[in-house]
Amino acid sequence: MSAIIILIFISLLVAGGFLMAFIWAVKDGQYEDDYSPSVRILFEETTLNPNRNDQESDAND
Amino acid sequence: MGNIFAQNINNPMPKTVSVGTDLSCYHCGDPCADLSIRIEDKTFCCEGCKMVYEILNTNELCAYYDLEKHPGLQIKAGKTGDKFAYLDHEEIVGKLIDFQDDQFTRATFFIPQIHCASCIWLLENLYKLHPGINAVRVNFLRREAYITFDHNQTSFRKVVELLATIGYEPAINLEQLDKPAKKSGSKSFTYKLGIAGFAFGNIMLMSFPEYLGLSHATEIGLTSWFGYLNLLLALPVFFYSSTEFFRSAWWGLRQGSLNIDVPVSIGIITLFFRSAYEIFTHTGAGFLDSLAGLVFFLLVGKWFQNRTYQSLSFERDYTAYFPVAATRKKGETESEVPLSELTAGDNLLIRNEGLIPADSVLMSSEAKIDYSFVTGESNPVTRKKGDHLYAGGRLVGAAVEVALLKDVSQSYLTQLWNNNVFEDKKKGVKGITDRFGKYFTIVVLLTAFASGIYWYTIDFSLAIQVFTAVLIVACPCALALAGPITLGNALRILGRKHLYLKHTAVVENMARTDHVVFDKTGTITKSGGDDIHWEGKALTTEEKGWIYALVRNSLHPVSMKIAKITESLSNQEVGDYQEIKGKGIQGEVAGHELKIGSESWIAGQMTEARSGASVSIDGLYRGTFLVSNQYREGIDEMITRLEPIPLSVLSGDNQGEEPFLRTLFGTDTPMLWNQSPEDKMHYIAQVQSNAEKVMMVGDGLNDAGALAKSDIGLAVSENIHHFSPACDGILDAKALPMLPQFIRFSKLSLKMVWLGIGISVLYNLIGLGIAIQGYLTPVIAAILMPVSSISAVIIGLVSTEMVRQKVFKKNHFNI
Repeated sequence: MSAIIILIFISLLVAGGFLMAFIWAVKDGQYEDDYSPSVRILFEETTLNPNRNDQESDAND
Repeated sequence: MGNIFAQNINNPMPKTVSVGTDLSCYHCGDPCADLSIRIEDKTFCCEGCKMVYEILNTNELCAYYDLEKHPGLQIKAGKTGDKFAYLDHEEIVGKLIDFQDDQFTRATFFIPQIHCASCIWLLENLYKLHPGINAVRVNFLRREAYITFDHNQTSFRKVVELLATIGYEPAINLEQLDKPAKKSGSKSFTYKLGIAGFAFGNIMLMSFPEYLGLSHATEIGLTSWFGYLNLLLALPVFFYSSTEFFRSAWWGLRQGSLNIDVPVSIGIITLFFRSAYEIFTHTGAGFLDSLAGLVFFLLVGKWFQNRTYQSLSFERDYTAYFPVAATRKKGETESEVPLSELTAGDNLLIRNEGLIPADSVLMSSEAKIDYSFVTGESNPVTRKKGDHLYAGGRLVGAAVEVALLKDVSQSYLTQLWNNNVFEDKKKGVKGITDRFGKYFTIVVLLTAFASGIYWYTIDFSLAIQVFTAVLIVACPCALALAGPITLGNALRILGRKHLYLKHTAVVENMARTDHVVFDKTGTITKSGGDDIHWEGKALTTEEKGWIYALVRNSLHPVSMKIAKITESLSNQEVGDYQEIKGKGIQGEVAGHELKIGSESWIAGQMTEARSGASVSIDGLYRGTFLVSNQYREGIDEMITRLEPIPLSVLSGDNQGEEPFLRTLFGTDTPMLWNQSPEDKMHYIAQVQSNAEKVMMVGDGLNDAGALAKSDIGLAVSENIHHFSPACDGILDAKALPMLPQFIRFSKLSLKMVWLGIGISVLYNLIGLGIAIQGYLTPVIAAILMPVSSISAVIIGLVSTEMVRQKVFKKNHFNI
């Protein structure tokens, strides 16, 4: 009885974690362009300006 | 992954170029005339392409050429000059950027030229070309680049010019200034879908004891505990995810119509409250699994229906065609001013290829204006000093000065948009599902009340149970899915065949087409692709050289066309060059006297009304260059196939092409000439008054009124990412011959929707039979609902796929 309640609690926690991950992914804009990343991953070098400052990079992401 | 890209930067692999006359440009892949423009082993078709290669080469960006073959875009050589001078105007730039702090500026650029992986790579490496560029992110589907730059090191104008020099000139037009960038409202929809799916899965898991009949085996406490947990999970589904349907139903009711979301909303509300009641009173397990599943499936259907083309815009008006600024001349000073600041009386300087932003008067002695996009007239017209110039024309040739007569928004062209057809068009569309939903709702409510009243005479609590059960089981899940899934898939299949429709209701309208109206210029003829051919004894290479030398001096559009087909390397002097107004040009080349001009002037007589230029050498008539509209390939067969549907042709042009068009369309097809944009719109209204569904196929701004007025407005475009007026669908010009198949396909697809609706009604009848008798249990609901939904989805997808094979299988225009 109590075991199943704990198990269900854990399973809901895990499911909730995935829901959070999903919401984060949507917020991050990962569903807006599902083509460019597939190409970008094949580029040899990073396409980020090495000189750019970090604060700005956060604002961009 | 290896180092293939890195290696290629230092050691570019030799490209295979076929030797002979067919050399392709290393940059853009176009054929090169000869080997004259080259760097090492690489040939280029023009100086522009060579320049871009040089820029990329010096900055070690040649991996651009390794990702895709010939990724470049042909660009005109030379500097961009003052073209972007208006981007120094802070007010304009302020409206174009997204964000700015004391060091960085971020802006979104719409770059229609983005077409391959190399484009993404080059744009995202833009910082190597200019240190002021901080970061670039490309959204390929939207054809957008988000650029962050340091405005202390560079400026908005310089960034745009940099993009233009490498062939990625961003499209900047008036529309972007007037309206803020469209916000993606789809994010909240994605949340709703995700949350509904999450709740659906978990509630089902927790309902398993109920399904398997285990509720008696476990302690009563656990069952009710599961119930409360389910209710908790169902809360966001009911209060957040379902709002999509509530809002639509409420909107429909306020418009005085019963759309399909009304019975859906009734079903959802009944499901929620009955389940909550059962759970709190411990009288049952509730139907929350069905509720979450229903909302999830319906949202999937909506998502499928709304997944249209992100990078295409179907709502454009003249502002998308107009530039952001114009050059105003005050005395001797020139300044770039936003269009909104222009007022009547201002003097403007219009450069070659520049657009006339408002009705005005020509101040310079002569100008050639290309009105093809606005009026449908295919040849540029000549205007003299003091003549009236209508807005929307494009200048061909040397810069001229004009004085504005009206403000931009008051011009003849722009006033077309004040007509209320453009407002009517924006109102919601009622699809097949909604029309059917109306009757469905009425029947369901009647059944629910009838059975409720019947049971009321026996037992009150049972009456409530049956009443709610009917509402639950009649919730038209499969019915609401059949239309979106079938038509949504049809929309995507049409998209693969290069017809891009705005939404699924257009497929339905297409199926009901009773009359097709064609625009001539730019639609059934190629825009700007006038055909010119020589009639007479073939010219020798020597003669061609003479003609070329003479016509090069003239800016007349026919001269320029002749120059194109007689182009030769010989650079001969022309002596005694004269341009005789209204007649033609003459001069002496290599000791021969040449005359090129109107037939009556050269040959002394006119054989028939046709446009072109005749040639005489040493006083002897030599032959004539004939200009005729170039018709798109496959038009004749398309017309034959369309035959059962009445057709019409409208043209802003003169009657010159009528004899030829008659051979295509036959003698009965109505053909109207010299039609103004308003005339076209009125013609559509006239055909519609016979209760006919009219499809308008057009291309330019001059068709905008007719496209908006028609039931199905299709805009034909050679490049779907370039400007096309507001319409229901954008048709790639090369797919135009397939129009009959498109109509047939939509007809069959609509039949498949009816099939889906029929099957879902069958499910509803079975469910109703159970509900009226009072036997509906959560298990039955939990089985019936997903089974009917999934079968609606499968039928929709499979049937449209079968229709596609049937319609497009035997088709030699396969593209």
